[in-house]
Amino acid sequence: MTEHLVNVVMSGVFHAAILFLVAAGLQVVFGVQKIFNLACGSFYALGAYTGVSAVGWYASTGGPPGLFLLPLALGGLLVGIVGLPVERGLLRFVYDRDETFQLLMTFALVLMMEDLIRMTWGTAPRSTAGYYLTYGQARLLGAAVPVYNLVVIAASLIIAAGLGWLLTRTAFGRIMRATADNREMAEALGVDMRRVYAKVFTLGTALGTLGGALVIPATAAMSEMGIELIVEAFAVVVIGGLGSMRGAVVGALVVGVLRSVAISVYPELEMLLIYLIVIAVLIFRPRGLFGAAAV
Amino acid sequence: MRQSGSATRGVVLAAVLLSIALLPLLAPTYYVLLMLPFMALAVVLLGVNLLFGYTGLVSFGHALFIGVGAYAGAFLTVHTTVRSLEVMLLAAAALGAAVAALVGALCVRYVKIYFGMLTLAFGMVFYTFLLKFYRLTGGDEGMRVLRPSLLGQSLDAMPKTDYLAGPYYYYSLAVLVIAAFVMWRVVRSPFGLCLRTIRDNPAKAESLGVSVTRYRWYAFVISGVFGAVGGALLGPPTGNVDPTLAYWTSSGNLVFMVLLGGFANFFGPVLGAFVFIFLQDRVMSTFPYWRLVFGAILAFIVIFAPAGLMGLLSRRRPAEVFRA
Repeated sequence: MTEHLVNVVMSGVFHAAILFLVAAGLQVVFGVQKIFNLACGSFYALGAYTGVSAVGWYASTGGPPGLFLLPLALGGLLVGIVGLPVERGLLRFVYDRDETFQLLMTFALVLMMEDLIRMTWGTAPRSTAGYYLTYGQARLLGAAVPVYNLVVIAASLIIAAGLGWLLTRTAFGRIMRATADNREMAEALGVDMRRVYAKVFTLGTALGTLGGALVIPATAAMSEMGIELIVEAFAVVVIGGLGSMRGAVVGALVVGVLRSVAISVYPELEMLLIYLIVIAVLIFRPRGLFGAAAV
Repeated sequence: MRQSGSATRGVVLAAVLLSIALLPLLAPTYYVLLMLPFMALAVVLLGVNLLFGYTGLVSFGHALFIGVGAYAGAFLTVHTTVRSLEVMLLAAAALGAAVAALVGALCVRYVKIYFGMLTLAFGMVFYTFLLKFYRLTGGDEGMRVLRPSLLGQSLDAMPKTDYLAGPYYYYSLAVLVIAAFVMWRVVRSPFGLCLRTIRDNPAKAESLGVSVTRYRWYAFVISGVFGAVGGALLGPPTGNVDPTLAYWTSSGNLVFMVLLGGFANFFGPVLGAFVFIFLQDRVMSTFPYWRLVFGAILAFIVIFAPAGLMGLLSRRRPAEVFRA
């Protein structure tokens, strides 16, 4: 019984760790640039495919299997650089537009990226067979949990702490928070908004692509994974509160664990339960659990 | 000036209608059949634009109503003895109104991004319902739609393409014309004027005694009915309905079509649906990656032509001509 429970909760927490990364990317972009980026799911998918390729390349060089995490994470992080041309080439034209147009611009990105991924990697699911259990399994209250999951959960926690540190303890973090609070004032005080937006969007993208890369040993990369994940990330930020980093942590845990529990107890409920919670939150507490704190 | 403007518009409209009516006689059947989803979606989009263009609310979950209408029709043909398309459309409209009344009551209290998110969430609830409640909805395989009878005439003996390119085509056209006429009367009525006031200045509308929330709710319900009726028309041509009709990307495409045609114009969304469907068909036949092309088009419209195709057309003519 406990064994089953631990399995369910731990797989939920693993999913939450991935969701947090994508949702955190969504949050920094929304917090600073006030754009709800529908394409964060597409970046996640891009990261996943890049992860598959990076690990595939690493396997072909014959490196020790234990170090596969390095090319995986590095590939996921580096491909986040695409955020820069996307921001400079497309997004910057819509900053002073109505948010409908901003939303549609990110929807255009969703459409384009889905096909770019298909063009690059084909339509068949891709996976890195065999690496998931490289680190073996750990016994946790009688249940066997893949060590890889624990590594990802730890990495996600470290990134969460790092983001907290970035936002509260560094000069760039202060600028981000100032911009989130009052863009005009920050600009008047000499902040170069173009640079801030470019950096913030690239950071948000890299968080999404890293999330995608890290999920890859556990599941196969599929071209629809992006548009499916965005609705979960959306649920996370609504429950946690748009723009709040603490909200992203709590929201990811709520969505990840509840989904995992729902699947094991009553599969029909799966995402239905999550969306009903989203609706309840939007109706009774539209700012989310932590919505008051910007970024 | 105004007189000649509306006369020109009348001529254009009559010419367009005439060519649509003559199309089955002149064009290859393939294109005639492509007109069916166009006409169904045009009905849906008239409703979407009542919210988007006239009330200023962008729904990212409107495919919900397509799903409601399509499944209502499918359910009737499969699980009851009803085959009449009139009954299917009425049932879709009634169910659409009921769902929209409920969903709308919760959504219209919010605007902008929160309205968009709430409608998206409701759309996904319905999508998940369709996907997971297999016994009622057929799950991911969806449901069959048996061939409906039109105006009491059972046409089961007819070959499928003859049925679709003939009676069903003109039936859809009639529904679209009626829907457009009704919507035209709605947006030109004092009620429509109230909606535009709400869009432009909700605070002022409220101070003038217009109940902003109530009017938004009315607009939402009307929009939902149009969505469900259009959805019910979408089922019979393919003979099948499935949950992807209600997925969030399908809602996104609806907003895309409205923007493509031009939300500031009454007929803009209809043009948008037409261009979307036929362009998608052309692109798909030469290049498998239509989303890439369409994403680029959408990005282009958002940046350079936010008034859509109608905006580009009317720039070269007196502005009055294409104004609703």
